[in-house]
Amino acid sequence: MTCVFNISCMSSTLYFLSVKPAKHKCWTQPEQQQQQQQGQGLSKAVSCPPPPTPPPPLLYHPAPGTMASSEEDGAVEEKENNNKRRTKSAIATAWLTFYNIAMTAGWLVLALAMMRFYIHKGTHKGLYRSIARTLKFFQTFALVEVGHCALGIVRTSVIVTGVQVCSRIFMVWFITNSIRQIQNEESVILFLVVWTVTEITRYSYYTFNLLHHLPYFIKWARYNLFIVLYPLGVAGELLTIYAALPFVRRSGMFSMRLPNKYNVSFDYYYCLIVVMLSYIPLFPQLFFHMLRQRRRVLHGEVIVEKDD
Amino acid sequence: MKHYEVEPNATIGEIKSMFHKSHPQWYPTRQSIRLDAKGKSLKDEDVLQHLPVGTTATFYFRDLGAQISWVTVFLTEYMGPLVLYLMFYFRVPFIYAAKYDFTTSKHWVVHLACMCHSFHFVKRLLETLFVHRFSHGTMPLRNIFKNCTYYWGFAAWMAYYINHPLYTPPIYGEQQIRLALVLFLFCQIGNFSIHIALRNLRPPGSKTRKIPYPTKNPFTWIFLLVSCPNYTYELGAWLGFTLMTQCLPVAFFTLVGFIQMTVWAKGKHRSYLKEFRDYPPLRSPILPFIL
Repeated sequence: MTCVFNISCMSSTLYFLSVKPAKHKCWTQPEQQQQQQQGQGLSKAVSCPPPPTPPPPLLYHPAPGTMASSEEDGAVEEKENNNKRRTKSAIATAWLTFYNIAMTAGWLVLALAMMRFYIHKGTHKGLYRSIARTLKFFQTFALVEVGHCALGIVRTSVIVTGVQVCSRIFMVWFITNSIRQIQNEESVILFLVVWTVTEITRYSYYTFNLLHHLPYFIKWARYNLFIVLYPLGVAGELLTIYAALPFVRRSGMFSMRLPNKYNVSFDYYYCLIVVMLSYIPLFPQLFFHMLRQRRRVLHGEVIVEKDD
Repeated sequence: MKHYEVEPNATIGEIKSMFHKSHPQWYPTRQSIRLDAKGKSLKDEDVLQHLPVGTTATFYFRDLGAQISWVTVFLTEYMGPLVLYLMFYFRVPFIYAAKYDFTTSKHWVVHLACMCHSFHFVKRLLETLFVHRFSHGTMPLRNIFKNCTYYWGFAAWMAYYINHPLYTPPIYGEQQIRLALVLFLFCQIGNFSIHIALRNLRPPGSKTRKIPYPTKNPFTWIFLLVSCPNYTYELGAWLGFTLMTQCLPVAFFTLVGFIQMTVWAKGKHRSYLKEFRDYPPLRSPILPFIL
């Protein structure tokens, strides 16, 4: 919360202190201007301090479930009229455009492959195996987005993007890829469908943004579908991990027992349980953050955040 | 809107007290007062007259949130590892299998490790009470939860494995343990020497900042090469402890601590450079010539 102290001098030896709560906009105090004429010169008071700028909209599908990168509008903000910078940002924009188009295409291919399989075979058994390589490729490639944040060509926190991409990588490589017995579970299909729809929407949103031609329905999709997709995705992931537990326990995979020369032990089974529990604090936070973004982007509401 | 009368030679600290009287929920340590909304906080010692304000001035106030004293935080966060480690050392029930309750390890390095670990945290507690001179009185309340989770969590994790019935002593045996102990003790003395040297830079009750220089104590000669040798010695001590116990969680703790201390050292080094124009150029933040 920000309050404004107004210290004005009524006489040459005394200062007066007054307090007014300030809103998120610049305001002038009539009495200030009067005193300005009386008093000597002034300092910072009458020139209104610039209002704190609301943070730029964070556009991301948070959620362990539908974890996707946090990105700003996809557009690179240029701050200096420097040729080198302009060239760099032109290259960055070109790369980002290519990247987002490629990812949109990749996830579309995945979606089509999944639909084709289901139409031909009539069952979801074996579907994962058939699309596994494509999924692994495109989901792993998303690691590049962490690099985008680190290099600053996308204005989002490296950590947030990193966490989101890592959780996806974790699901793909450490759960479905490693534990074959759960590959035909319905929950796998659930989160695959959710991820596919989410990613196609997200990457096409970024693509259109970069091209400065954003159709409203894409924007609408990005900021509304998550309300359904996000909980569904979380459900799919949690059910999959839960189904994997007995197989992990039996095989003792990725685990290390005592005694050993490093004096450490690791039980993948309990690790997975901790991962599942971690959804409890994380899911609501990310979901409500997304809701707030939605209100801001779609309805132009100014949300007064706690500035801490 | 309330009005107060303040003398031109009033300090920010006095203004904070007055503000506290009318807003009892915002005690002075919780107030941040600044000239610019996005600027730096004004210090308590700053005098109204000497600030760049004319006859009319606008200050911005920000609530820093609930505060807790540094001393309280340090004592709490160091008490945990001391107590927790001993619980694992004495194999209190419900940690290991029941047949091991209240037994002791057959490896003498485990006893040595307990002594070193306990000594380290007793030293830290005593330094907090008698040696350190803190610039700030308080920090945000949420820090105590964050800090205690870190210290207590890691202490329990390390202690579990070192005092485990299935603990494996270091590969190179006595040689490794002896070397590790020497390194550990050397760095403990070094770290303490630095703390004393830093304390002596600052008269009691003051918050002055001066460039630290090597003293007659050889352990302080490292000031020639490093800005924050207390962190250097701390790293060395934990490397010694890692070597002594040959325990991966300890190595992990050392690594995480090193990363954090490097961040702090770089910040401190930067503020030294900014504040003192004659700052010795040969010094690195934490590792001589490297980092």
